[in-house]
Amino acid sequence: MLSEIAFYGAVETGLIYGLVAFGIYLSFRVLDFPDLTVDGSFPLGAAVAAVLIMEGWNPWLATGSAVLAGMAAGAVTAILNVKLNILNLLASILTMIALYSINLRVMGRPNIALLGEETVLTPWYSLDIAYHQVPVLLFAIVIVVALILLWRFMKSETGLAMRATGANARMARAQGIATGAMIILGVAVSNGLVGLAGALFAQSQGAADVTMGVGVIVIGLASLIGGEAVITPSTVVRALIACVVGAIIYRLAIAFALNADFLGLQAQDLNLITAVLVTLAIVLPGVRTSLVNKLTRKKA
Amino acid sequence: MISATDLRLTFGKGTPLENPALRGMSLTVNQGEFVTVIGSNGAGKSTFLNALAGETLVDSGTIVVDNVNVTKLPTHKRAGRVARVFQDPLAGTCEGLSIEENLSLAIKRGQFRGLGTAVKKQYMDKFRESLSSLNLGLENRLGDKMGLLSGGQRQAVSLLMASLTPSAILLLDEHTAALDPKTAAFVLELTTKIINEQKLTALMVTHSMKQALEVGTRTVMLHQGQVVFDIAGKDREGLEVKDLLELFEKQRGLTVDDDSLLLG
Repeated sequence: MLSEIAFYGAVETGLIYGLVAFGIYLSFRVLDFPDLTVDGSFPLGAAVAAVLIMEGWNPWLATGSAVLAGMAAGAVTAILNVKLNILNLLASILTMIALYSINLRVMGRPNIALLGEETVLTPWYSLDIAYHQVPVLLFAIVIVVALILLWRFMKSETGLAMRATGANARMARAQGIATGAMIILGVAVSNGLVGLAGALFAQSQGAADVTMGVGVIVIGLASLIGGEAVITPSTVVRALIACVVGAIIYRLAIAFALNADFLGLQAQDLNLITAVLVTLAIVLPGVRTSLVNKLTRKKA
Repeated sequence: MISATDLRLTFGKGTPLENPALRGMSLTVNQGEFVTVIGSNGAGKSTFLNALAGETLVDSGTIVVDNVNVTKLPTHKRAGRVARVFQDPLAGTCEGLSIEENLSLAIKRGQFRGLGTAVKKQYMDKFRESLSSLNLGLENRLGDKMGLLSGGQRQAVSLLMASLTPSAILLLDEHTAALDPKTAAFVLELTTKIINEQKLTALMVTHSMKQALEVGTRTVMLHQGQVVFDIAGKDREGLEVKDLLELFEKQRGLTVDDDSLLLG
């Protein structure tokens, strides 16, 4: 079984990946834009925040800058697609590999340790709660604020225009919606959220590393799909809650898998487990439906 | 008023599949006119409508809507002046959004969209009133997803959406063609009702000569990317499908071999 610390640790990273899942919901679901930029914008957020914190910036200002950097990365992907007509998936891969070099440039080396630096978490440790609960509390507040803001945005005139762009671009244009601008805005916001997640991840783990983005897209997708399997995303707010729940469930499942000694799994098996979990999350709802259909089929 | 002058457009220029869709098309539709457009397959009806809407930009010629030259403007910048209902009943609405969200999108057609709530309480009376005119009971289903509605219901809502805010012209692209005959008759009746009540200027493409003569105030026939005849007023009264065919043959020395024009 999980120790208390491992449990809180899983919830903590789950909350951070909830932000990634928000971003992926925005690109994959709302805009129907398969965006792999996140593998680059996650470490970009971490790198920007880490460098600025080392420079002595206020950690919240550093985190805000990470959000802006993520948004810029997303905007580049979307502009490659909208203005230069490059296939969306390819555009995002181009930005993603370009970011690998950029992240090395930003940091000046492959990784930066933040041990002993003041982070967004530092003031919260003086609260009268257990050490390992502090990040969970702070990140829970962050994700609730992000959820409410995103939900309000989706309900706004611009947000509705963005949803129409992804659902039916031809109709959206006929209603006077600049679909290209909506895609650029949406993918930018999506990667801004991922940049935020990267910045928080670096601060909670105490380091930024150029390779920390590998597989973030898959983890985010796993969270999104898993959450949708648990909570039917019939409304925007349910879809957003599903992202957070899915991310936490995913991290807990990983923690259980790695802690269950009888399975003999070790940390290096993480990506394999992720791939298996994503496959199950995609396949299982279909299996369930077809089983239900078989069992309830009426006699002709 | 909308005026198209000498529109020319060739698809696949310089390739073996070169296809001149518009060859000097000119048409002026005056305020309050309801023009029906007929023509066989490949006559350029859909291309003409797409050119007016901005979905395809013409090679040459000019399009002026309410004294504004829109020839080079993309669709979304014309949307404030040009309203449209598509042939595909699923194309005019978003199935993942609710009825009230779809209507709220349409009520801001061509206007600035900000960060205020999209579905506003003050819209609701207007939405309920227009939906109840359809007699489909949709006024009590504002929160339902559009995808729950039938094709005919969705086309009726598309029509409402297109007429929710004023436009210089309403483009109807064979909007009853994909519906069953009963539903098609209902949507057509609704179309004439809305156009007459709101005194809209409209351009309706249809595949049926009968339909083209039954509704509207003026009929235009396209052939090979041009207008071959244009009748309105007294000349048009009492005209039947066979008169239309004779007229066409006389004008061009051609026979109509497209059965679908004669049917329906």
